[in-house]
Amino acid sequence: MEYFTQQLINGISLGAIYALIAIGYTMVYGIIGMINFAHGEIYMIGAFISLIGFLLLGTFGITYIPLALIIVLVLAMLFTSIYGWAIERVAYRPLRGSVKLAPLISAIGMSIVLQNYVQISQGARVKPLPPLIQGGLTLFSDNGGYPVRLSYLQILIVVVTITLMAAFTYVIARTPLGRAQRATEQDMTMARLSGVNVDRIISLTFVMGAALAAVAGLMVTLYYGVIDFYIGFIAGIKAFTAAVLGGIGSLPGAMLGGLLIGLIEAFWSGYFPIGYKDVATFSILVLVLIFRPTGLLGRPEVEKV
Amino acid sequence: MAAPSRSPSSSTSSPTPPGSALETVRQAPHGRILLDALAAGVLAALLALPILGFRLIEVTGGLALDYRFRLVGLAALGVFAGRILVLEARLALAAWRPAAARPETRRTFLGAYASRQSFGWILALLALILPWLPFADRNLIDKATLLLIYVMLGWGLNVVVGLAGLLDLGYVAFYAVGAYSYALLSQNFGLSFWVCLPLAGLLAAVFGMLLGFPVLRLRGDYLAIVTLGFGEIVRVILLNWQDVTGGPNGVSGIQRPSFFGHPFTATTPTGTTFHDLFGLPFSPDHRIIFLYYLSLTLALATNLVTLRIRRLPIGRAWEALREDEIACRSLGIDPTRTKLSAFATGAMFAGFAGSFFATRQGFISPESFSFLESAIILAIVVLGGLGSQIGIVLSAILLVGLPEWFRDLQQYRMLAFGGAMVLIMLWRPRGLMASRDPTVRLAAVPTSPGTGG
Repeated sequence: MEYFTQQLINGISLGAIYALIAIGYTMVYGIIGMINFAHGEIYMIGAFISLIGFLLLGTFGITYIPLALIIVLVLAMLFTSIYGWAIERVAYRPLRGSVKLAPLISAIGMSIVLQNYVQISQGARVKPLPPLIQGGLTLFSDNGGYPVRLSYLQILIVVVTITLMAAFTYVIARTPLGRAQRATEQDMTMARLSGVNVDRIISLTFVMGAALAAVAGLMVTLYYGVIDFYIGFIAGIKAFTAAVLGGIGSLPGAMLGGLLIGLIEAFWSGYFPIGYKDVATFSILVLVLIFRPTGLLGRPEVEKV
Repeated sequence: MAAPSRSPSSSTSSPTPPGSALETVRQAPHGRILLDALAAGVLAALLALPILGFRLIEVTGGLALDYRFRLVGLAALGVFAGRILVLEARLALAAWRPAAARPETRRTFLGAYASRQSFGWILALLALILPWLPFADRNLIDKATLLLIYVMLGWGLNVVVGLAGLLDLGYVAFYAVGAYSYALLSQNFGLSFWVCLPLAGLLAAVFGMLLGFPVLRLRGDYLAIVTLGFGEIVRVILLNWQDVTGGPNGVSGIQRPSFFGHPFTATTPTGTTFHDLFGLPFSPDHRIIFLYYLSLTLALATNLVTLRIRRLPIGRAWEALREDEIACRSLGIDPTRTKLSAFATGAMFAGFAGSFFATRQGFISPESFSFLESAIILAIVVLGGLGSQIGIVLSAILLVGLPEWFRDLQQYRMLAFGGAMVLIMLWRPRGLMASRDPTVRLAAVPTSPGTGG
């Protein structure tokens, strides 16, 4: 029971990170119908910017952790957003309305470029960061069983994720920007005719996705304490799987999918050979898609002839 | 590269008549270009600042930062100058080229100038005599063999993506199945390459069907992620199933190919060696040349089979399915059978390519079958122009052949590779040789020479 609870806690914190990245995939897919393969790389760049930010603040003598966290969060979101914006502008916008596979190949190319850009400029070695937020709660320790650890960092991750998602859902559901986004998603031409600046809305979608990925990058830097140029690929695939599992194009779906993928990974690693955990993830994806071809919360596609 | 506003020459795409568009281009002041380039430079500086400007270096007790702001300045300056050059060149080009002739440039690459079929024959002939050309050394032939593997894989994937329109991001899985089939069958049962080749193809085809079944109902991008997942599953299993696959160490000492039982070695304990058989002096080049011709044969066979299948009912069903699944179903085409056969055929070719790869390398490990390989093969197919056989050869030369010559620049090779993928796509979104024409037309329209490509 204690072991189970521990895996549950680990799974939820991992799932929160995946969910943050998955939102970027699902929003871009919803609005322009393309798989943004470079999104995992955006998250990786967010992680690097966070790490560099912490070191920079250290040299300036800002060591009060909450302040440093907030400054790094803002910096990472800002600079990563610029990356998201620039990538859309350079590699995707000229291909809008082109053959469907063209933006996909362009995105894969962009992802290779970003990965190697970071590898060349920062080196291939793993970058460690000493733990900034230490300590936590120990549950069930009184009855002498397996001590369940709930670190403050895990609480922080879940709280930040929930806050961001609430804010995000509010933006999409209640603000003029969100309305314009939903309009663009439903019918780009009609939205344009109604006075929505579609180009700007799409750019903003990429910026929002990148900002969330930057938060995920910061969380991962803190959580695992090591990053390298390759983390974007694996996390990207997982997050994309999460988005598809939940039903791509659906925001609650991305959150649910992220959470599920995190839980599957944590429980599989806890009870079965860890090497096969990706096999488990993808097998469950295939199983879900066999019975629900548009994901858990995805709307079934009605095809009109 | 990056610029927030559209470049002047893009005004041609507006609905204004060509004459006035040209006027706009002529009047576009150089000042606007300067502003545009300035914005691009600032953007480049902002992008470069956090990653290029600071380098994380390891020191005792953790990490430290190294400041490299000069690089940021250089990057910004480079982008600024590059942007000015590109825009000025476009401006000059637009003014130089008469407006009426512009639609010409919309035509497919090379297709407008030469009959593609004859171009194909020229390429095939060139490939045939390559080892005997004066400049062909061991290195070149070896690289050409590698190139042919990619051409073959591209042709195989073309069946799935280009003809049947099923997006497959895990094609490398079948390549891996082919390679491991040969390696394990020859090591454990002592079977020869010629016995293993069809077996490997068959096994890969079975895997293709295995993947095909669960994904039959899925469309487009759902299919993409499941195939990607399938590729990862195969790789992870190869990595973890130590007893059979050797895990991350792979399989080494795979049997090298022989000339129908005559090995390419200096001496052999049994039978005769290749050079004795033909009375030649021993040379290690024989094996390289033999491998080259073997890959050429396999690739040409793939091409021939594909071209023939395209004219059969099943090939036509693939192309019809790509265009409209619902129409297909209402016309009585069975989508299940059609999709499965496309997956199986594509996978079979990958299996052949895989077992050839194994015998050429003599060593395989899961590292050779990562997602990057799938991405490269898919890029070859899409950049070549979906469905075009010659386009795939050209893009394979461009994407795989050219970078091979820049091996010395190891670090920057992949950077340039990814950049090339983006640039070619932007330059020609439909691929080098777009051909979406049906292979078979109704009798009234004569078959155009380009479709067989």
